[in-house]
Amino acid sequence: MDFLYFAWVRERIGIAEEQLAPPPEITTVAGLLDWLAARSPGHAAALADRSAIRVALDQAFVPLGAPLGRPAEIAIFPPVTGG
Amino acid sequence: MIAARTQAEPFDAAAEAAALTAGRVDIGAVVTFTGLVRADDGLTSLTLEHYPAMTNRQMATIAHEAEHRWPISAGTIIHRHGRLLPGEPIVLVAIASPHRAAAFEAAEFLMDWLKTKAPFWKAEERDSGTSWVAAKHEDDLAAARWS
Repeated sequence: MDFLYFAWVRERIGIAEEQLAPPPEITTVAGLLDWLAARSPGHAAALADRSAIRVALDQAFVPLGAPLGRPAEIAIFPPVTGG
Repeated sequence: MIAARTQAEPFDAAAEAAALTAGRVDIGAVVTFTGLVRADDGLTSLTLEHYPAMTNRQMATIAHEAEHRWPISAGTIIHRHGRLLPGEPIVLVAIASPHRAAAFEAAEFLMDWLKTKAPFWKAEERDSGTSWVAAKHEDDLAAARWS
């Protein structure tokens, strides 16, 4: 699975993308974030405030409580601020 | 009918609006909105990061939704990315319609949804350092009124 990070999530984790294989028992987006946060202090710092985290699976927004399914790409970022 | 794109380069809002109506006699209204970089509190530059694959998808989806809701003759949406200086244009929404109400409403809708649904992030640079812009609750409220 390709993990993409943007804005301060990218800065805190320290990389823009990585390829990871989450264990099959992870079935929700929230569960995936818990698993990801345990990978490094940077991941933990980026994901500490879940109210400021947005997730897209295969380029579509999903709520944190959504089922994970089997996306090819998961993007994690702060609330958007364009326009 | 509404063409949406991202680019690093500046755009010419007048030329984009003129292109919508060239050779047509069925358009009664063109509304053009241009967002500009403000030099708030000593801001020296604004850098827009985005998620290209999702940006293209979201902008197309938002444009399609506007076409579904209003009678739109033609339209152009441009959102810039990269490092921009105060006074430079960031975003363009230009909408042509037979009548003004649809053009005004569609342009406002498109800006509200772009701000809350297109994956862009602004970083503000000042002499004191660089900081990410926080999302504004009023932008969420503005977007929600179209739901």
